[in-house]
Amino acid sequence: MDRNMKFLVVDDFGTMRKVIRNLLKQLGYENIVEAEDGAMALKTLKSQHLDFIICDWNMPNMSGYELLKEVKSDNSLKDIPFLMVTAEALQENVVEAVKAGVDGYIVKPFTAKVLSEKIDKIFAN
Amino acid sequence: MDVRFVNPFLEATVEVIQTMAFIEPVAGKPFLKGDNVAQGDISGIIGITGSTTGSVALSFSESCIVKIVSNMLGEEITSLNGEIKDAVGELTNMVSGGARRRLEQEGFNLKAAIPTVVYGKSHCIAHVLGGPSIIIPFKTDYGSFVADVCLGG
Repeated sequence: MDRNMKFLVVDDFGTMRKVIRNLLKQLGYENIVEAEDGAMALKTLKSQHLDFIICDWNMPNMSGYELLKEVKSDNSLKDIPFLMVTAEALQENVVEAVKAGVDGYIVKPFTAKVLSEKIDKIFAN
Repeated sequence: MDVRFVNPFLEATVEVIQTMAFIEPVAGKPFLKGDNVAQGDISGIIGITGSTTGSVALSFSESCIVKIVSNMLGEEITSLNGEIKDAVGELTNMVSGGARRRLEQEGFNLKAAIPTVVYGKSHCIAHVLGGPSIIIPFKTDYGSFVADVCLGG
């Protein structure tokens, strides 16, 4: 896996962004930018090249699901892998996210090992 | 309150604290709480709707949450600061999510609101249903905390 990949971590909780950043660093990924909601993430995605999105589902302003739909309907962004993070895994949410084109789904809390496996699986597919 | 609600919250709390903070909480015997005074110094409260309605709080002693968040972030925190308040909200969110995931397997369909955080000695926990609630106490090497569950049905 290319350790120079640039990650976008989107979560309205600053502590969770820091936790995910620390997990990515444990996995050898140092190139990380952050956004605190979907709207800010979209702005970031349109202003710089990013290789991978890790995004919380439940956020104010623009939710992770809304951001997912924006990303997957934009030809310039749709190929960026999108890993959805959520505190729950309700069946209806998973179905909605899959329909919208999500590349992977991870349930909080998770370890660096689980995150690594999810990233590897997305690239394997 | 339906006793089927106790184990999902107990298991989810242990899972979240173990995974996020590498701390093993030991659960004590649940008991009924009649007043609205928090058991800890800082609490995260989250409303729940759907097959049942109510709210759930996590309430931490200062020493316990300082260690939990220090471990979560990989940096030493010494007092209740903004990061701790943020983390308490996120931990509450995760415990609620984990418990709802378990309850979904038993046929419940539950949604949660955005958590709020309250702090200060003897602060109040305003449960949606007013009470009484069930307290699930936990001990750690760094202090205690409780899950305070008040769901109807």
